[in-house]
Amino acid sequence: MSKFDHLRGVPGSRSRLAAQVWEGARVEADPAEVPEPSDVRVPDHLRATIEHHISLYPDRRSAVLPALSAVQREHGWLSPEAMLQVAAVMQFSPAYLESVASFYDMLELEPVGTHTIFMCTNLSCQMRGAQDVLAALSEATGSPVGGSSPDGMFRLRAFECLGACDIAPMASIEGHYRGPLTVADATVIADHLRAGGAAAEVLPQKLPTAGKPAVGLDEGQAQ
Amino acid sequence: MSSAGGILLKHVDVPDLNRIETYERVGGYAALRKAITEMTGDQVLKELEASGLRGRGGAGFSMGKKASFLPHGQIQKYLCCNADESEPGTFKDRELMHRNPHQLIEGVLIAAYAADITHAFIYIRGEYEEEADILDAAVTEAYTRGYVGDSILGTGFGCPLVVHRGAGAYICGEETALLDSLEGKRGNPRLKPPFPANQGLYQGPTLINNVETLSNVPHIIANGADWFRKFGTERSPGTKVVSVSGCVQRPGNYEIELGVSSRDIIYGLAGGPPEGRRVKAWFPGGSSAPVLTEEHLDLPYDFEHMAEAGSMLGSGAIIVVDDSVPIVSVALRLAEFYRHESCGKCVPCREGTNWTVKMLERVDRGEATPMDLDVMTDVQTNIIGNCLCLLGDSMAMPVGSMIAKFRGEFEAHIEEAARSQFAVRRSPEDGPISLSDEAGLSVPATDEAA
Ligand SMILES: Cc1cc2nc3c(=O)[nH]c(=O)nc-3n(C[C@H](O)[C@H](O)[C@H](O)COP(=O)(O)O)c2cc1C
Ligand code: SF4
Ligand code: FES
Repeated sequence: MSKFDHLRGVPGSRSRLAAQVWEGARVEADPAEVPEPSDVRVPDHLRATIEHHISLYPDRRSAVLPALSAVQREHGWLSPEAMLQVAAVMQFSPAYLESVASFYDMLELEPVGTHTIFMCTNLSCQMRGAQDVLAALSEATGSPVGGSSPDGMFRLRAFECLGACDIAPMASIEGHYRGPLTVADATVIADHLRAGGAAAEVLPQKLPTAGKPAVGLDEGQAQ
Repeated sequence: MSSAGGILLKHVDVPDLNRIETYERVGGYAALRKAITEMTGDQVLKELEASGLRGRGGAGFSMGKKASFLPHGQIQKYLCCNADESEPGTFKDRELMHRNPHQLIEGVLIAAYAADITHAFIYIRGEYEEEADILDAAVTEAYTRGYVGDSILGTGFGCPLVVHRGAGAYICGEETALLDSLEGKRGNPRLKPPFPANQGLYQGPTLINNVETLSNVPHIIANGADWFRKFGTERSPGTKVVSVSGCVQRPGNYEIELGVSSRDIIYGLAGGPPEGRRVKAWFPGGSSAPVLTEEHLDLPYDFEHMAEAGSMLGSGAIIVVDDSVPIVSVALRLAEFYRHESCGKCVPCREGTNWTVKMLERVDRGEATPMDLDVMTDVQTNIIGNCLCLLGDSMAMPVGSMIAKFRGEFEAHIEEAARSQFAVRRSPEDGPISLSDEAGLSVPATDEAA
């Protein structure tokens, strides 16, 4: 057990941070400075995207989250190179960017599998069998919960309420909400993605339910 | 055209409602036109205040009053629509944005006009990628029609609108954390006062309202405050989109008039628990609301009655727990959620959520004593009111209410778990040695344990 394992349950700390401390990060070294824009190669389209985001706000700092999300989409995770690219375009230090990134669940500070699956395990999904579906997904993808599959294909996470308890138990497959899921759906999802299918096309999408009666409201009254 | 009725969900069945032509065809943007070309900002504000519209994001504060708190005069002011919707059990904003994004955009712009705000944002949780794409497309459409931008409908009133995506953090739904997050920082809540209406985004006065609150605005301006007050009750006017989930047969969003009986929502609309099951507990306003029980089912569903019953209407999300679900597992799952989402800034919340999880785990494993329940209740009491933001309270209130209302079940759970653990230890593989055997204590039969 690592000396800093107790940090794992503490909000705001990340296992990576704990591991770095334990493995003896070079604390005597100066922190990385804000890189010179000309020192870092940034793909043109990425630079354009980040600059577009900066242009939307009165303060360029507001573009940090959109910029981090954009480089993550490009690199698959917030690699040191990805961080440096944002740092160079936005003129913030990599340390600042990492301090922000470590706060947010969707930003990955370690390399992860290509296809991301967030399985909701909050109350409404749990009461409808989320744990079984999660176990089935883990089995079908070969990814441990909270980790990635050894073949680098999948990233599986147990997630808090995703705001779709009407289709509980549900999961977000690369941003596409699917539910109610059965244990059998796990293999369908894994096979579909493994065969190179688009995430948007896996299983039928069930839109938020519509056309419901409104209690106490009669048709004529509301307009 | 629509079978849905209601106000906010009235047109949700119309195909392609998310397209601006369709939205205009069902009367969309007429309210914005009316507000900007026929009314002064003050008149719009008065109308909103008179409507009695209360915030639908959790606290239920008067929307018009909050807007009137913003200082007047030449000062850069901001509007932030709270579309973070991460309260467990809540999925109404998702449907409102998914199906009718222009209704929200129109509401944002009218509210901005009322408070003389010239820069607006919609902060949407990062997980809602589809809804953010829908909103982005709708905002672009609205720009091309002149409903958003530097000179709206050629009047000289300008208000750009930006859809800002979060990156996964429940706490960013708290209004001041939302502001920090929108400024490109870690989403830690700020100390209040100053309140956002005085000093918010980029230090400027800021109006923050929930998606559903703002979606009501076009209807109030189009039809008038008196019309709006015909729905609901005196102190809770209007309708509410209620998200019903958990142990019910027809989970979903239902638009109801505030003040209808809770039973009508849970049983009438959502179909009640599965055959043969009973409602054991229900959260009337998301997972942060203290639980109510079967005896509260006939209460009118509105702000005042939920508060009188010791709970709250909150985000308007009803989570139903039936008698097949152990209450300890409900408490534990929620405590884990709050521990994970605590930003760690203040001690009672950071440590309190962690302690509560650990103690509930002991209860679950049967290692606790009934006295531990008192300690746990104490911990909850010490969290409430002692935190920087309401996240700590949001765990302490429901967990405290579960211990108070289901103490017998907690005690039985401890006893049962302890017994079955003991029985497991006594399984043949463990060999014959047992302290209690030697001490001559009676040993429960193995098959009694589940
Ligand atoms: C921990 C916490 C989380 C919250 N999450 C949300 C949320 O996801 N959406 C929301 O609209 N309000 C949320 N709120 C309430 C907001 O702080 C704020 O009161 C609300 O957005 C104001 O809008 P309204 O007056 O229209 O309700 C949260 C509050 C707390 C303390
Ligand atoms: S109550 Fe919890 S979430 Fe709120 S500021 Fe304190 S530690 Fe952060
Ligand atoms: S509990 Fe799973 S989506 Fe809300």
